[in-house]
Amino acid sequence: MRANPAAILALAVICALVALTLLGPWLNPNNTQALDWLHVAARPGLQSAHWFGTDRLGRDLYARTLAGTRVSIAIGLVASILSIVVGVGYGAVSGYVGGRTDQAMMRVIEILSGLPLIFFVIFLTVIFGRSESLLFISIGAVGWLTMARIVRGQTLSIRRQDFIAAAVASGASSGRIIAKHVVPNVVGPVVVYATLTVPQIILFESFLSFLGLGIQEPGASLGTLISEGVGEMEAAPWMLLVPGGFLAVLLLSLNIFGDGLRDALDVREG
Amino acid sequence: MTRYFFTRLAGAIPTLFIIITLTFFLMRAAPGGPFDQEQTLPPEIVANLESAYGLDQPVWVQYGRYLKSLLHGDFGPSFKYKDFTVTELIGQGFPVTLQLGLMAMALALLAGVPLGTFAALHHNSAADYATMSLAVAGIAIPSFVVLPFLGLLFGVYLHWLPVAGWEPGSLRHLALPVLALALPPLAYIARLTRGSMLEVLRSHYIRTAFAKGLPLHTVIMRHALRPALTPVASYLVPAVASILTGSLVVESIAGLPGIGRYLVQGAINRDYTLVLGMVIIYSTLLIGMGLVVDLLYAWLDPRVRLAKEPF
Repeated sequence: MRANPAAILALAVICALVALTLLGPWLNPNNTQALDWLHVAARPGLQSAHWFGTDRLGRDLYARTLAGTRVSIAIGLVASILSIVVGVGYGAVSGYVGGRTDQAMMRVIEILSGLPLIFFVIFLTVIFGRSESLLFISIGAVGWLTMARIVRGQTLSIRRQDFIAAAVASGASSGRIIAKHVVPNVVGPVVVYATLTVPQIILFESFLSFLGLGIQEPGASLGTLISEGVGEMEAAPWMLLVPGGFLAVLLLSLNIFGDGLRDALDVREG
Repeated sequence: MTRYFFTRLAGAIPTLFIIITLTFFLMRAAPGGPFDQEQTLPPEIVANLESAYGLDQPVWVQYGRYLKSLLHGDFGPSFKYKDFTVTELIGQGFPVTLQLGLMAMALALLAGVPLGTFAALHHNSAADYATMSLAVAGIAIPSFVVLPFLGLLFGVYLHWLPVAGWEPGSLRHLALPVLALALPPLAYIARLTRGSMLEVLRSHYIRTAFAKGLPLHTVIMRHALRPALTPVASYLVPAVASILTGSLVVESIAGLPGIGRYLVQGAINRDYTLVLGMVIIYSTLLIGMGLVVDLLYAWLDPRVRLAKEPF
């Protein structure tokens, strides 16, 4: 890790962004919803009250962008934790039990990962209508696939080792062996893929919000802000550049950090 | 080889059938329908509408009818775009989406593979690091950020290219959308090619080829490229998925009259037949690409071609 300055820098940028989303409102207190009719589509500037300018309705872009980034990071973290819990459980059971169960469980993953995520979600939207809880469910429903595959691969090699045989010989149940002996030994790869899952989920969420299928007005997400910004691109380019820049920097640094961590711990996709 | 292909083709048709069936019944089972509006319509009108679209029939009858018309290439009437059939809507937009997608795919392959090879040949040099850093950026930054940024730079500030719009046959209008759409798969292909090329370059037969004095480009073109392309071939189906997904936003940003908007609009309006038609088109494309990949494998790797049983 020490040999990879890019990853260190990326981590610093991530920390700075997280700190900014948490402390930002305190630095420049502006409401995300308040309409400032005197400054509609105002240019950004540190002298004015609106550091990043305002949108067509006079809402403060600084506050809205930070709120959107906060939403994106929060969804990224929550959905990643979901995908870890489901993926580790599924993968460990599949790898440990083995045989037909394993084959059937892996077949399910194969089919699910063959579907493009976005079509799956759009499809769910047709059936259930638009809602934000659907966003979490659909992201959670697909985020765990790679994780399960990796954990299964690791479990297969752990299962053959002597300490598992010893645990079996001393009468431990399968559930206990999975919880006490298998799961603690897959932590490394799980951490690596969790860091790579976070940007994927953030990307996915902002994509859906961009299409109008995710976070709904008046709530702000980086995706909805970019979508508004595209419409005002020629008259008020900052409405596009600010949230677009935040999303690009956030995703880029998360990816660089995740890649660095993967190379440092030498984990391969199973 | 022919037999291998037909075995695969025979496997693809049931898959498509299952997708159509599942989609059809899931959508019919969903609460709510395309005629739900803010104002409730009088029951007589709803009954009329439903009988006009055949929705008053039992689901099995509707399913049978739908399959029958599907075999004639008829996707049924759209529930929201009145006076249009889904076949007409898709038929108008599909050439645009296809052109956009094919150009993006071609760009991704024609630029990605040479870039990856170049990086592998200059392993651990500054050029390698620069290429791979660009690749990370290409993978990380989504097309709905890249395209407006490109539009702002080349369209609004430099006035080189149009920001949005569409004229049949105009390449200028397609340049930015194609670039934005191609970047993520391009970057991914460059990364994959670099990885596999590094491995191939270490193998004995490549050392032999160099030892007998073949020039670099002959070694690459005749010996190294083919085995190094296997991971790229297996990425092609996800690449098509990525391009189809990307085309949803790219078409809407660039104002291209493709079919991407129908999927999102259809989903929001719960226009069953339109979404069903789109699902069929997209799954056919993906499954078809899967078949192409199977053939490519057989061409790239003789072990696949000579195996009796397709694994």
